[in-house]
Amino acid sequence: MALKHVNAIIVGAGAGGGIVAKELAEAGLRVVLLERGKWYTPFDCRKDDLRNQRTTVLGNAFGPDDERSPRVLVDAQGHPSVVRASQGGYQNNAACVGGGTFSYGAMAWRFMEKDFRMRSTYGPVPGSTLEDWPIRYQDLEPYYEKAEWEIGVSGDDSGNPFKAPRRKPLPMPPLPPNREYQILLPAAQRLGLHPFDIPMLRNSVPYNGRPACMRCRWCVGFACEVDAKCGTHNTVIPKALATGNCELRTEAVAKEILSDEHGRVTGVAYFNAEGRLEQQTADLVIVSCAAIESARLLLNSPSRLFPHGLGNRYDWVGRNLQGHTYSGAYGLFDFDVYDDVGPGAGIAVSDYNHGNPGLAGGGVLCNEFIRLPYQFVTAIPPSVPRWGKAHKDFMRKWYRRSMAVQGPTQEMPVFDSRVQVDPAVRDYWGIPVARLSGDKHPHTMEIANAMTGKAEQWLREAGAIQTWKKLPGRGLSGGQHQAGTCRMGDDPKTSVVDKLCRVHDVENLYVIDGSVHVTNGGFNPVLTIMAIAYYASANLVKTWRRGRV
Amino acid sequence: MRSRNLRRRKFLTLGATAAVAGHTISCSGSKSRWRFLTLDEAATLDAMCEQIIPGDQDPGAHRAGVVNFIDLQLTGFCKALRPSYRRGLAGVDQASRGMFGSRFVELAGAKQAAVLEAMETGQAPGEAWKDLPSKVFFSLVVSQTMQGFYGDPRHGGNREAVSWRMLRIPNPPVRGRLHYDLTQKG
Ligand SMILES: Cc1cc2nc3c(=O)[nH]c(=O)nc-3n(C[C@H](O)[C@H](O)[C@H](O)COP(=O)(O)OP(=O)(O)OC[C@H]3O[C@@H](n4cnc5c(N)ncnc54)[C@H](O)[C@@H]3O)c2cc1C
Ligand code: SF4
Repeated sequence: MALKHVNAIIVGAGAGGGIVAKELAEAGLRVVLLERGKWYTPFDCRKDDLRNQRTTVLGNAFGPDDERSPRVLVDAQGHPSVVRASQGGYQNNAACVGGGTFSYGAMAWRFMEKDFRMRSTYGPVPGSTLEDWPIRYQDLEPYYEKAEWEIGVSGDDSGNPFKAPRRKPLPMPPLPPNREYQILLPAAQRLGLHPFDIPMLRNSVPYNGRPACMRCRWCVGFACEVDAKCGTHNTVIPKALATGNCELRTEAVAKEILSDEHGRVTGVAYFNAEGRLEQQTADLVIVSCAAIESARLLLNSPSRLFPHGLGNRYDWVGRNLQGHTYSGAYGLFDFDVYDDVGPGAGIAVSDYNHGNPGLAGGGVLCNEFIRLPYQFVTAIPPSVPRWGKAHKDFMRKWYRRSMAVQGPTQEMPVFDSRVQVDPAVRDYWGIPVARLSGDKHPHTMEIANAMTGKAEQWLREAGAIQTWKKLPGRGLSGGQHQAGTCRMGDDPKTSVVDKLCRVHDVENLYVIDGSVHVTNGGFNPVLTIMAIAYYASANLVKTWRRGRV
Repeated sequence: MRSRNLRRRKFLTLGATAAVAGHTISCSGSKSRWRFLTLDEAATLDAMCEQIIPGDQDPGAHRAGVVNFIDLQLTGFCKALRPSYRRGLAGVDQASRGMFGSRFVELAGAKQAAVLEAMETGQAPGEAWKDLPSKVFFSLVVSQTMQGFYGDPRHGGNREAVSWRMLRIPNPPVRGRLHYDLTQKG
């Protein structure tokens, strides 16, 4: 039996897709939301330190599973190998209702004005596709605000003089400081830095009908058992469903976007939970699968007009895959700095995001989330062996007396860091898998290395008796902060979507998720993805009402 | 009812076959109490893990049940690692025979450590390392020993949360959940 035609199909119920579903459903469009993963709830919360969305030695807690969704990773020597979803090279985010927002750390950053104008600020960087966005911070400001209030953000960035102007403060106060925060705060002030409370998509007080955070040890990578973390799964998606206009189909794996002779898309072919191939038709298709899978879906949808994949006339789909280059430092103290009060991260400085002499950018520096014992095993200085009595002594002596300061360095996009579809390997459903290749730009490494010195300085000022650098590797970025593969731009020859997230030359096809980022900021990306989703939805609804799609 | 009994009997028979199979693998001829490992393999692995995290004023890998963790994972999520363990643990004895003339478990602590150092630097003697570099196997065992010792007891290691006690982190780890009335809207 044919499925009933709808107005819009949204593929992917993550950060971007969840918001688009709500906005379109509330505007009266009939919407089908397809999500390849399951819908977990706080009752599925299991604080398992070896199997979650961050430490995956015994698997990903919130998808994909290891059996059905492989990828191919091409190493620096050009050798391809098949990687499982729980392996690092896979560059996973998540596969469940809420996407990454179900288990994230929940830092909620607005990018800075310069983050949208990297090329104008720093000029061309050889070997990088560094570019300005076609929109500015001011275009997104109202939508950042909407994300902060609708999804829910706590924190206080009033002490951050570098932030872009905001009209409204955050809806919730920050959580009270933990011990690391209290130690780092005066140290930052002595250094002349400008510390402030990290904005977090986490209830610090009861908000939106859900309780406040109870400050457990297990936050980033885990579900929240009291539902205090705010994602799309417990905010906009339930609201979309409550309109009666949105149907959520879980364990629905999109295979291909269908299109007609005139270059319009007509629907989506997907495998339902029983593994049966279905065709859902619609007036509009919105791709929100996160940067790697969105590119894969477009590339897996060739048509007469787009023989190399939808939107891929000029070979830009899948290009510029980027994430963040995390770097920082560890410090040891001669007193306990660990107080077991989660989520851990709380204090940040934005002094080094821009204006670093000789460097095209930088990143925010924060204290880390709580380091669980197994995560601490490899957080050792170069002088400590990785096994034996000395290692055990180190663990015993320093677990409660160590701190990490680190941050996401903004990356210089690289054209050849990319997503393709593999010519041979297919997933469980028979769909060609994503093939990842490329590495980081050398200047990204220079910036990240410079950040380690800043982090060490902060820790030493805070009283660390020993510090050492946490240096990043050269390998491809993507993972949790994946972005960039369907660049937004005015010129169809050098971008995939226009400034309203519509695929160039395909009137009724949109990409709305981290894929459209031109650059990825020196901050965790999710609030920007959310703001873009609100912004693009508002314009999409306007266009729809004018009958122009 | 009847068919259920039948099915049960079939299951028992299969179980017995499996036990016999385990019996024949084990060199010492006694029945392994492990799920995948033979008694000899488990003893070698146990000695290896204890070198990686030795007991001192706090329990080490042996008392934390790290071998139980690894054996359990080899029947579940880490099934694919079975051949590596089978070959690698044979390799450990080859290396120890090559270096000191006896099996790994029979060596004194310092000599065991020397074998492991040779493995870590890729200099261990032994046939086994032709297809599976000793470095690679050693790194695998170090990682899994750390997982079994510092990870959640639910996976079969970290018995009685010994490592968490050593690190002085409160157990049970989730606090406050009873202080919240989740039925009330905030
Ligand atoms: C442990 C962890 C911690 C994080 N911490 C932070 C943080 O502190 N701050 C921050 O800003 N960001 C954080 N992130 C990153 C953040 O979650 C992502 O940036 C964000 O979720 C990306 O949004 P998206 O809409 O692009 O994709 P996603 O949220 O990943 O959503 C994409 C969805 O599409 C689905 N999908 C993909 N392909 C298909 C298909 N073919 N058919 C059907 N469905 C499909 C996926 O299953 C997924 O649910 C974290 C992520 C993780 C995992
Ligand atoms: S720290 Fe707070 S928000 Fe995070 S999982 Fe624990 S209770 Fe939930």
